[in-house]
Amino acid sequence: MAELTLREKFDRDNFVVEKLDNLINWARAGSPWYFQFGLACCAIEMIGASMPRHDLERFGVFPRATPRQADVMIVAGTVTIKMAERVKRLYEQMSDPKYVISMGSCANSGGPYWQHGYHVLKGVDLVVPVDVYVPGCPPRPEALIQGILELQKHIHTESTFGRPKNA
Amino acid sequence: MSDSKLIDNSNIHTEDMVLNMGPQHPSTHGVLRLKIHTDGEVVSKIEPIIGYLHRCFEKHSENLTYEQVIPFTDRCDYLSSMHMTHAYSMAVEKMLDLEIPERVEYIRVITAELQRIASHVFFIGVFGLDLGAITPVTWMFKDRERIIDLFEMLTGARLLYNYVWPGGVSHDIPEKFVQRTKEFLDEFEPKLVEIDQLLSTNKIFIERTADVGVLDKDIAINYGVSGPTLRASGVDFDLRKKEPYSIYDKLDFEVPVGKGDMGTVGDSWDRYNVRYLEIKESIKILRQCLDSIPEGDVHEALPRKIRPKKGTIYSRYESSRGDVGFYIKSDGKNIPSRVKMRSPAFSNLCILPYLSEGWMISDVITILGSLDIVLGEIDR
Amino acid sequence: MLDKSLIDSIKSISDSISFDEESQIFNIEKVDEWLEISTKVKELGFDYLMCITSIDLEDGNLSLAYNLNSTGSQASLEFNLIFSADAEVPSVESLWKTADWHEREAYDMMGIKFSGHPDMKRILLPHDWEGHPLKKDYEVADYYHGMYVPKDKTSWE
Repeated sequence: MAELTLREKFDRDNFVVEKLDNLINWARAGSPWYFQFGLACCAIEMIGASMPRHDLERFGVFPRATPRQADVMIVAGTVTIKMAERVKRLYEQMSDPKYVISMGSCANSGGPYWQHGYHVLKGVDLVVPVDVYVPGCPPRPEALIQGILELQKHIHTESTFGRPKNA
Repeated sequence: MSDSKLIDNSNIHTEDMVLNMGPQHPSTHGVLRLKIHTDGEVVSKIEPIIGYLHRCFEKHSENLTYEQVIPFTDRCDYLSSMHMTHAYSMAVEKMLDLEIPERVEYIRVITAELQRIASHVFFIGVFGLDLGAITPVTWMFKDRERIIDLFEMLTGARLLYNYVWPGGVSHDIPEKFVQRTKEFLDEFEPKLVEIDQLLSTNKIFIERTADVGVLDKDIAINYGVSGPTLRASGVDFDLRKKEPYSIYDKLDFEVPVGKGDMGTVGDSWDRYNVRYLEIKESIKILRQCLDSIPEGDVHEALPRKIRPKKGTIYSRYESSRGDVGFYIKSDGKNIPSRVKMRSPAFSNLCILPYLSEGWMISDVITILGSLDIVLGEIDR
Repeated sequence: MLDKSLIDSIKSISDSISFDEESQIFNIEKVDEWLEISTKVKELGFDYLMCITSIDLEDGNLSLAYNLNSTGSQASLEFNLIFSADAEVPSVESLWKTADWHEREAYDMMGIKFSGHPDMKRILLPHDWEGHPLKKDYEVADYYHGMYVPKDKTSWE
């Protein structure tokens, strides 16, 4: 018999037997609330992604202004040296499990300012660990949605109680 | 400040508190840090701290050729990138003494006015969001996406276009562009009435913005304020009329000036209303231009090599935030020796400490929102 | 082109002002007189200071360009001050309040010292940054507070 997804099992029977890991991953991936960290031009595309045309809320994603209530931090825009210490501090204020999406080429690796930018940090992964990189300058809202879907796939492979599946 | 007769405040001793509205905050329009000294809820002094988005634009422009600087000017004010590239191209063309074909001028004015509508529409949505109104922002973004669709048809990009080059534009307009723009204007104009009903005459909006942060016109000129913020204080100053560039002297439009309809002249409601009326004037300009684009080749005046003579130039332009200036110094090489961008939001932000003395913290959000700043342009 | 009577009335303020016909710029040799000169220029009706630009002339001198405008008559002027790198320039913040932030930026980027400014400190860079970036001989340090700031990409491939 083919393996049914959790959703199909819930639809079919009144009670379901499932591994605890899968249940937890399903709950976490279904509602990644993001921490609005819009810094520069990419922030406009991030706001545009949650507006009626590209509607991010249908994926369960919802903006939160405070790090204490957020699961994902989307770093959208250029991280300068003056700002980098604050990025690290806010990342430490988020509670586990936490993920980081780096949006735009400035946050990935310094962007168009890599050559003479004395005040630009060449990539946010020099201060926080990043899970998903979304390329583009600025990335289209559809690209950000694909980044969030990749993050959901990554969350499904996590293991809270047993050994990780890909290890 | 309380005049309640039930509580006797005369013996209570209070101290000033320093509140940090940090660089990460949903309503500071970017990475702006405000150090607010308050006595309870009432503000006594504000110190804005900027520089969290300093991306070394001027250092880059000293090491790249004149054409390579254009994508960097785009990214300074990312909400009006057509205006920034147009302003820079005009400065370089003045240094080279270039003649621009008529068709190029008409296309540039069309993109500039569409960009002005997009930027003001964004301002209205986000200003409402700052004050707690969530519906206008969703409706406004729907219309802004239509404008971005038009730009994508023209240039291929959604936000940062790299379109206006010194000497011309990068692509000619495609076949259906004029027809689609006219369809958009016909559908958008009636929707402006909805905004009037949602925000302009809304009792809560008026209570929060009328008489808040009144800016007197002599102080505004001394502080270097420009753009819709200056016009809301009663000063009739628009570079498109006073020092006309491109084809603006042939077009028929008016300059809206603040009149104090809901409160005093120069309050936050006036600053909002002036931008709302400017959208209507931009639609008028667009309708005049779309019907009379002359024929021609958009690439015929593009120079092969940009190598201006030695000298300096200062050129001004009216963008959606105010008076953009470019000071360019050339040494005779194909790389500029110094480029300085005078950004309107940099001078507009200077009056925030002066305007918010004596108001409450939520009024500071109103005043900051009504100034319409973009941090990318302030920090360059 | 500027009006002849305007040029003459500005040149009559002080001997150290010279006017260049081709570029229409006023050059000022003695920097110490700048505050008196600018007070008289403001009385002629130039109430709007548009921009202050700091320039590095590579022979050890620095220069400042002031662009002024009159909202009444729409005339625009440019003043050019040239001085050595350790001279002090009087601040015009008492005349045009917009000069406050522009002069702080000139100090931050080019290291020009202003006298009489109420709050002279860095504005765009962190307060403990070393050096003034827009000078032509600026070398960026490798590390700042433990973060790596490479000069170019080749060392970090």
